[in-house]
Amino acid sequence: MEIPPLTNGFELVYKKPRTLTETPMHYCPGCGHGVVHRVLMEVVDEMGIQDKTIGVAPVGCSVFAYDYMNVDMQEAAHGRASAAATGIKRVLPDRFVFSYQGDGDLAAIGTAETIHVVNRGENILMLFINNAVYGMTGGQMAPTTLLGMKTTTSPFGRESGLAGHPLKITNLLAQLPGAYYVTRQAVHTAAAVRKLKKAIQLGFQYQSLKKGTCFIEVVSNCPSGWKMTPTDSNKWLEENMLPMYPLGDLKTPARSMN
Amino acid sequence: MIRGNVIIAHEICKGCELCIAACPQESLGLSEKINLKGYRYAVLVQDNCTGCINCALVCPDAAITVYREKKHAKGAAADAITA
Ligand SMILES: Cc1ncc(C[n+]2csc(CCOP(=O)(O)OP(=O)(O)O)c2C)c(N)n1
Ligand code: SF4
Ligand code: SF4
Ligand code: SF4
Ligand SMILES: [Mg+2]
Repeated sequence: MEIPPLTNGFELVYKKPRTLTETPMHYCPGCGHGVVHRVLMEVVDEMGIQDKTIGVAPVGCSVFAYDYMNVDMQEAAHGRASAAATGIKRVLPDRFVFSYQGDGDLAAIGTAETIHVVNRGENILMLFINNAVYGMTGGQMAPTTLLGMKTTTSPFGRESGLAGHPLKITNLLAQLPGAYYVTRQAVHTAAAVRKLKKAIQLGFQYQSLKKGTCFIEVVSNCPSGWKMTPTDSNKWLEENMLPMYPLGDLKTPARSMN
Repeated sequence: MIRGNVIIAHEICKGCELCIAACPQESLGLSEKINLKGYRYAVLVQDNCTGCINCALVCPDAAITVYREKKHAKGAAADAITA
């Protein structure tokens, strides 16, 4: 039975943000990238900063992020989104600049740029979507892949003797003096989405203070790469990803003032 | 009970079922029909939605718009949007 929609006597309590374009997203069903895009644009809308925001898209599944976010955007070479964002922010310091990258982009090919951008304390917001695989190219092992996790390039499960350990790059970055606000969030439940939104709001607000880099990891899913249904992927994320990548703040302005 | 309602853009929906899992009221299910992309899409299957917006928050394709029955007290809707 389908209940026909009724809106008489009802008022609007949620609609998609205006700054998210009408272009249907190309992501697989249930992919966390879409949620992060939407929440990011909700914050841009609510802060009224659409014409002052510049984003930098990565190479990875979110390579077309600029089609979905109606703000000025730049595409970067693989791994170099935060380096490109550095240049943009230095030339246009009054803009709200963010970079958006996956784990293969930010924590493999772009590791050097990532570390030095944060070490220099560039006044940008870095978003890091950690789904523990190279989603775009077919679910290969990434630096963040869990031990024992089967991927197309670790068909028997990741083994530390051969492929090292999961790289908690967010924890490494939090040690750097240039990092102002570092947090790890998720999008697998409505409560997690609400918290991510607060973190993004803080990330943009802190940018005006010019005190350093704000870095938000989002532990996300890749139903296709993980070969699971979207609902199973979120359960798997909760049971397997979160123990290795626990949610919460790693560095906040209050705590970093020691 | 507060009454709510959702409108789902069924041609945008990819039938991922995340909204169905997120709904505390079990108001949502998948359609019998398929959309132009070939997906069964999310639809209301019970008339018990409270307008909590959980489904809209987890939807990766921003396909869900949520309404809630008007209250006499002003400001309730604005609170919900920023919640
Ligand atoms: C210089 C270069 N090397 C390798 C590739 C192939 N490649 C494309 S995307 C990608 C990794 C994507 O993984 P991730 O950053 O985690 O993004 P996801 O798709 O998982 O969101 C790789 C290795 C490339 N496009 N360019
Ligand atoms: S391959 Fe994975 S990360 Fe890429 S769109 Fe599909 S589910 Fe999302
Ligand atoms: S608004 Fe809340 S109660 Fe209504 S369908 Fe969505 S999740 Fe269910
Ligand atoms: S979460 Fe969105 S895309 Fe997924 S089934 Fe529900 S309405 Fe469709
Ligand atoms: Mg990835």
